[in-house]
Amino acid sequence: MITKLLLILFTAIFIENYIFSKFYGVCPFLGVSKDPATAVGMGLAVTGVMTVSGAATWLLYRFVLVPFGLTYLDTLAFILVIAALVQALELFLKKMIPSLYRALGIYLPLITTNCAVLGAALTGISDFEGTLEHFASAVVYSFGSALGFLFAIVLFAGVRKRLESALPPKAFQGIPLALISAGLVAIAFSGFSGMRF
Amino acid sequence: MEHIFYAVLWFLVLGGLFGSGLAFLAKKFAVKTDEREERVKALMPGANCGGCGFAGCSSFAEALLRGEATPDGCGSMDTEARDEICDLLGLPRMTVEKKVAHVMCSGGCRAKEKYLYEGIRDCRIAASLAGGNKLCHNGCTGLGNCERACEYHALHVIDGVAQVEKDKCHSCGACVKACPKGLIVMIPEKAVYAVQCSSHEKPKDVMRACEVGCIGCKKCEKVCPNGAVTVTDGVAEIDQTKCTSCGLCAEACPRGCIVKL
Repeated sequence: MITKLLLILFTAIFIENYIFSKFYGVCPFLGVSKDPATAVGMGLAVTGVMTVSGAATWLLYRFVLVPFGLTYLDTLAFILVIAALVQALELFLKKMIPSLYRALGIYLPLITTNCAVLGAALTGISDFEGTLEHFASAVVYSFGSALGFLFAIVLFAGVRKRLESALPPKAFQGIPLALISAGLVAIAFSGFSGMRF
Repeated sequence: MEHIFYAVLWFLVLGGLFGSGLAFLAKKFAVKTDEREERVKALMPGANCGGCGFAGCSSFAEALLRGEATPDGCGSMDTEARDEICDLLGLPRMTVEKKVAHVMCSGGCRAKEKYLYEGIRDCRIAASLAGGNKLCHNGCTGLGNCERACEYHALHVIDGVAQVEKDKCHSCGACVKACPKGLIVMIPEKAVYAVQCSSHEKPKDVMRACEVGCIGCKKCEKVCPNGAVTVTDGVAEIDQTKCTSCGLCAEACPRGCIVKL
C-alpha cells in the first residue's frame, strides 16, 4: 500500500507533471513565476486548494453524486467546492499574510478556474473510483499533482530570474521568451516519460 | 423528475453549506481597514505614473495613510482632490505650484550636426557616441526617448527637438529621467518666459554649433528690471519667482534663446 502511494506521488510530481507534461494550469504558471518568493506562495496556495479539494470532491462524488445518480453534474459540483475553498483561502491570506495576498493579486481568485485543480479532482474520481482504500490514493494523487505544480513554478521562477538579465531581441522579450523557455523545460521533463510503473 | 429534485436539493444543501461556512470565516478573518483608505484611493488621479516615487496611485495612498508621504508628493493631482485628502488626513491644506516639463534646448534643425546618426532611434545610444549627434554637447538629439517615456503624450519631437505641450503635462518627471543629456527640467506652469538653451560652451563654439544657442552675453541680465535673469557659467537662467513676465529679456536676446512659452 505504502509503495503504491509513493509511486502515485512520484508519478504525479515528475512523470505526469501537470505543467510540463499535461500543460494544465499554465496561466498562473506564467503569471506568477516572475519572482521565486511569490512563486512559492502561489505553489503553496494551489497545493492547499488542490489537496483539500481532491479529498472533498472524492468524498462528495462517492457519497452524494453516485448514490443519487447525479454523476453528470460532477464538474459543476467540483467547481462549487473549489470556489468555496479558494474564497476561504483568500480570506485566510488577507488576514494572515497580507504581503502574499497583494503579491498574488488577481491570480489568487483565479485559482478557482485553474484547470489543474479541477483536472486533479476529475482524474482523482475516474482513476481511483471505488472503496475508501482508493480515497487515500486519490488524496495522494491530488497532493502529488499539486507538489508537481509547486515544483514546476518555483523551478521556472528561477529560470525567469536569469532571463531578466538576458537581453533578447525585442520581439522575444517577456512572454514569448517565457513560453520558449517553458517549452525547453518541458522537453527536459519528457525524459521522465519513459518511466512507467 | 426524481433526478431533478435530488439535483436541486443537493446543490441547495451544498451551496448553503459553503455559503454559511464562508460567511463564518469572513467574520472570523475580518480585516480592519482604515475607512479613509478607500476614499483617499478614490481621490487619486489614477494615472499610476510613478512620479511620486511609489509603485502607483494605490501605494501612494497607502503611504499617505501611514504618514510616509505628504499629499504634495503627487504632481498630477488637482487642487480640490489634494484639499480633500488633506482634510481627510487632518493635515493643513497645502498649495502646490503645478510644474511642467521644459526642454532646455531649442536647437533641432537649427543646431549643426556633428555626424549623421543612422543607428537605433534611442537618445542614450546617440549620446554615448562622441557625446551625441549634435555639434553642441548639450543639444537635444531629437530621437524621442522623452516622447516614448511620456505616458500622457505631452512631449513630441518637432523639427528635430523635443517640445512640451503644457496642458498635457502631469508633472510626473518621467521625461526628466529619460533624457540622457539632462535637458528637461520642471518649471512652474505659470512661467511665461524661459531659457531654451543649456550650452555652457565658449561663445565662439556656441556660435559655430547652433543658431539659437546662448552665448552668455548678459544682455538679458542687464535689461531685466527685477534681477530675475542671471548668467552663470555662460548660460542665462531665469528665476521664476522674481520674473514678472515683462518680456524685456526675450526682446533683448540676440540669439532668440529666451522664448515665450
